[in-house]
Amino acid sequence: MIEVIAKGFFESLYMTLVSTFIAYALGLPLGTVLVVTDKDGIFPIPWLNSVLGVIINLLRSVPFLILLIVLLPFTRWIVGTTIGSTATIVPLVVASAPFIARLVESSLKEVDKGVIEAAQSMGASPMEIIYKVMLPEARPSLILGCAIAITTILSYSAMAGIVAGGGLGDIAIKYGYYRYQNDIMLITVAILVLIVQLFQEIGMKIAKISDKRI
Amino acid sequence: MARPIIELKNLSKIFATSEGELAALNGVDAQIYSGEIFGIIGMSGAGKSTLVRCINFLEKPTGGTVIFDGQDLSKLSQKELGRVRQSMGMIFQQFNLLMQRSVLSNVCFPLEIANVPKKDAVKRAYELLEIVGLADKAKAYPSQLSGGQKQRVAIARALATNPKVLLCDEATSALDPSTTASILSLLKEINKKFGITIVVITHEMSVIEEICNRVAIIDEGLIAEIGDVEEIFAKPKSKAAKKLVFPESKYIEQFVGEKCCRIIFDGRSSFEPVIANMILECKEAVNIMFADTKDIDGKAFGQIVIQLPDDERAAAKIMNYLTSKGLTVEEVLQND
Ligand SMILES: Nc1ncnc2c1ncn2[C@@H]1O[C@H](COP(=O)(O)OP(=O)(O)O)[C@@H](O)[C@H]1O
Ligand SMILES: [Mg+2]
Repeated sequence: MIEVIAKGFFESLYMTLVSTFIAYALGLPLGTVLVVTDKDGIFPIPWLNSVLGVIINLLRSVPFLILLIVLLPFTRWIVGTTIGSTATIVPLVVASAPFIARLVESSLKEVDKGVIEAAQSMGASPMEIIYKVMLPEARPSLILGCAIAITTILSYSAMAGIVAGGGLGDIAIKYGYYRYQNDIMLITVAILVLIVQLFQEIGMKIAKISDKRI
Repeated sequence: MARPIIELKNLSKIFATSEGELAALNGVDAQIYSGEIFGIIGMSGAGKSTLVRCINFLEKPTGGTVIFDGQDLSKLSQKELGRVRQSMGMIFQQFNLLMQRSVLSNVCFPLEIANVPKKDAVKRAYELLEIVGLADKAKAYPSQLSGGQKQRVAIARALATNPKVLLCDEATSALDPSTTASILSLLKEINKKFGITIVVITHEMSVIEEICNRVAIIDEGLIAEIGDVEEIFAKPKSKAAKKLVFPESKYIEQFVGEKCCRIIFDGRSSFEPVIANMILECKEAVNIMFADTKDIDGKAFGQIVIQLPDDERAAAKIMNYLTSKGLTVEEVLQND
C-alpha cells in the first residue's frame, strides 16, 4: 500500500511541476504581453490586448472538470492516451496557463510607473524595459504568484483522478470513493494538504529573501 | 551662454481624456542655452511636468517642435530617440530607483542600456558615486537609503552616460529644507564642474533663487514670463510672476488710500537696513505694512510697503531720502 501511495505522490509531483513549468512557458510571456500592450503600457496594441483578454477569460471561465473532458480528444492527439499522469499534463497546462497569465499580469502591474519612466528617459527599448526593469522589479511578487500557481495546479491534478489521471487524487478516488477505504483517502488528502503547505511556505520564504525592499 | 541646446517652438500638448480634450501646453516658446541652469516654475497643474517630459519626448507633443542640440526630435526614429535620450539625464521627485538593484547596479543601469562593457560601467559607476559622495553605499539597496541619498544615486545614474542636459522634475520637492539645500549645491557643482546644462522644474521660488540663471514662469500651459532670475524677481510683469514673487500681494491692496508707498529692491542696492537708516536720518516714524525682501548674492530683492506720515512735508522728506538712495518708490495703487 505504501508503494501505491508513494507512486501516487511522485506522480502528483511530476504532473504538478511539469505542468507548472510548461504553463509558465506560456503564461509568463502571455501575461507580459497583456501588460505591455495595454493602452497605458509601454507598447500599446489595444486590439491584441482585447483579443488576448477575451481568450483568457473564456478559458478561465470553463470549470476544470469540463475542460478535462472536452480536451480528451486533444489530449489523445498530443500524448497518444487519455489516462495516466502524462496525459493529465495537457488539460492542466490549458487550464493553468491563462490563470498564470493573469497572475503575471497583476504582478507586473505593481511595478512603479515612475521606474519604467526613468528607464525610458535613459533610452531603454520596450524589450529592455521588460527584461531589465519589469520582470526583475516584480520578482518577489512573481515568486509568490508561482507558489499560488503550483498549489492550484496540484489541486487541479487531484481532480483528474475522476478520469484516471494518475497521482494522489486518482488513488483517493479509486480506494476511497469506489472501494470505501476511507483511511487511504484520508492519508492521500493529508499528503496533498502537506504538499500545498510546503510549496506555499517555500514560495513565501524565497519571495521574502529575494525582495530587496525591506 | 550663446548657443541654445534646447529650443522649444510653439510647443503644445493636448491630452485626450474621458472628459474631453485637455490642453496642458498651449504654444510654449523657449530657448535653453548650453551651460546654464534654467528654471521652470509654476503652480501645480500649470504644465511643468508635461513640458519637461516633452523635452525628452517621454510625452509626444501634439504641436510644435523640440530641437535638441540641432536635431528636431519629431524627425527621429525610435532607436535614434533612444540614443538622444542618453544625452539627456533625468531625475524625479520620487527618485524612481530600481528597488531590486543595488546602488552600484542602479548607476550601471543606463550604461547597460548604452551597451557599455560591464567592467567599464562599474568603473564609471564608482567614479559617479564618488562625485555624489556615496561611494561607501555602492553595495546597499535603495530601501536602505534616506531621501537625499536616493536622490544622489538618481543624480549619479542620470549622469552616467555623460549627458549634455540634466532634467530635474521637482527633484527636491520630496526633501526637507536642509537636504534640499545640499542637493541644490550638488547640482550647482555639477553644472560648474562638467558644464552640464540643467533644467530645473519646481513650484518653489526658493529653488529658483538658489541655483537658476534664467527662469521661465509657466501658467496654464503658457510661458507668462521668461528672463534673468534677478530681473523677474525685481520687476515681475505678468500676473503669474507677481503671484509667485509676491505671494501675499493681495494683502497689500487693502492699504490703498492710506498713503502707502512701495519700496522696490531690485538688486541695485546692497542688503543694508534702509528703513532703519531712513528713520534715523529723517526723524520721522513710519508704519511697515508689509515686507518681503530677500538677500541674493548680497543684493536686496523684494518689496517693503510703508505707511507715510500724514504730514505732507514729512512724507516728501521720506520719499526724497529713499529716491536719493537709488530705490524705486511708488505709491500703492489699485489693481497693482
Ligand atoms: N497623461 C495625462 N492625461 C491627461 N491629462 C494629463 C496627463 N498628464 C498631465 N495632465 C494634465 O495636464 C495638466 C498639467 O499637468 P502637469 O504637467 O503634470 O502639471 P505640473 O507638473 O505643472 O503640476 C494638468 O491639468 C494635468 O491634469
Ligand atoms: Mg509636476
